[in-house]
Amino acid sequence: MTISSTAVSDDPIAGLRVAITGGTSGLGLALVRELISRGARVAFVARTRERVEQVARENPGAHGIVADVSKKEDIYPMAIQITGELGGLDILINNASSLGPTPLRLLSDTECEDLEDVFAANLFGPFRLTKALMGSLAASAREGRGAVVLNVISDAGISAYPHWGAYGSSKAALNQLSRIWNEEHAGEGVRFLSLDPGDMDTPMYHSAIPGADPATLKRPEQSAHELINAIAAALPQLTQV
Amino acid sequence: MIAATSAVQRPADAKLLVVDAQRDIIHVPRNAFVEFLRPNDLVIANDAATLPASLTGVHEPTGHQIELRLAGRPSLDPMEVSRFSAVVFGEGDFHTRTEDRPLPPTLTPGDKLVLGPLQATVEELLGHPRLISLLFHGTTDDVWAGLASHGKPIQYSHMQTSLELWDVWTKVAGLPVAFEPPSAGFILDWEVLSTIREHGAWFATVTHAAGISSTGDDDLDRLLPFDEPYHIPETTAKAVEIARQRGGRVIAVGTSVVRALEDAATEVGHLRIGNGMAKGKIGPTTRLRVVGAILSGTHEPGTTHYELLRAFLEDSTLERATKELTTHGYKTHEFGDSVLIL
Repeated sequence: MTISSTAVSDDPIAGLRVAITGGTSGLGLALVRELISRGARVAFVARTRERVEQVARENPGAHGIVADVSKKEDIYPMAIQITGELGGLDILINNASSLGPTPLRLLSDTECEDLEDVFAANLFGPFRLTKALMGSLAASAREGRGAVVLNVISDAGISAYPHWGAYGSSKAALNQLSRIWNEEHAGEGVRFLSLDPGDMDTPMYHSAIPGADPATLKRPEQSAHELINAIAAALPQLTQV
Repeated sequence: MIAATSAVQRPADAKLLVVDAQRDIIHVPRNAFVEFLRPNDLVIANDAATLPASLTGVHEPTGHQIELRLAGRPSLDPMEVSRFSAVVFGEGDFHTRTEDRPLPPTLTPGDKLVLGPLQATVEELLGHPRLISLLFHGTTDDVWAGLASHGKPIQYSHMQTSLELWDVWTKVAGLPVAFEPPSAGFILDWEVLSTIREHGAWFATVTHAAGISSTGDDDLDRLLPFDEPYHIPETTAKAVEIARQRGGRVIAVGTSVVRALEDAATEVGHLRIGNGMAKGKIGPTTRLRVVGAILSGTHEPGTTHYELLRAFLEDSTLERATKELTTHGYKTHEFGDSVLIL
């Protein structure tokens, strides 16, 4: 994928209703900015109230929601606010992720509870939130707007990197969840994508690989642009169904 | 009929009473519903998600505890969530039947209500000491956040446990605008929708702000259903036209769908797309213009929902069906069994 300029008026993203989890730093923040710049209506979710309020202030029109995707009791309050504030939903981006404790540890040195926490954020949270929002997404597809769920995965979910066991296995499961969901909801016209944004110069990456050279990493803005283009490319196929 | 007391949307032993076109009555497991579909039938459900419309709090002038149940709003516009009508109860909770709940303290325009993180002002009384119009303070996002964090679904004294939002959202729930669940839609899951397609039938939705089904107060209940805003998608209107052209039946899943479709119907049975406000009651004298069949919960004589069923069936058949519901042990209320009138 390459970055190209896109006029807002011709952009299939313009006017669409998009929700992003983990929207106050790294790739999530870049996605919020990219989507706002392309005319989307955006609701973003993050755990820290101060950061949510700051990002909302800096991105007029974006709706900030304070919630933790890894907590079961936060899912429906999140769904109510997303659909209420946007008046429905066309695109869901499950971006929020947890590495678990750092420095990363070998799998056999990983506490079971830490593995559970990583799966709660990276797999069960996206599963629950997507289920809660499936009615809205299917409605959007029925009405011809298209509906896409993007699950942000990682090459750590495909290749077996030592020390990335908890994160990598959760992303592998999320990838498979996406693939199966994509088959199961083809009839409703809801499309599922699972995409790896690449190694990015983000706080999460530096937390995992202290001392990584930023010059060797992608800018999150570039990845955000590529991911939104991928969603845009999926939309016309839906509206022709 | 006995009330269903467990919050299970699709119990394995759920029953379906079918009244066919010859007015024969058939009893089948509810998951056999799709077997009664024909190619080109159109099944239409209400895809409204249920609001956490029950808010506890304090009537600030007196300091008395209240429970406020949101009951209506002027439109479905997501940016217009400041103004609602509401039914107000005094102290107590859902364990007490609404019929036995005390009145709230005397409410006066201008009174401030503190409802968890939300604050509201009583705008006016709507002809009854329990029924008010209120105005929430704060931004649209503040109101949604307050409802999300503090509100609970409206509860029922016949239920064993308190209901959570996941208990009352149907699988197709989208825009959160219903005050009580469009519970006929509990029958639907994604497998059922797939099976509908496999039968050559179609599925579509309306969004209807299904209102409070009962307040426990006879005077208020006589006013039900309140005016309810709805939305008819263009694709649903087109699907109705196609079904009609091909000889398919329009099958409404629930009374709220009937209310929306018939309110939106023109004299010759076309649908006006977009937003509308369903007013008035549907009953035995109503001439149905769009809906040909209904899949509904079980309803007891005297309720507004039962009256609506009288638009589909002559009284003698409906009375016969009601007797069979009782003798065959059908359950009623939100999580109860179902009837299909073809």
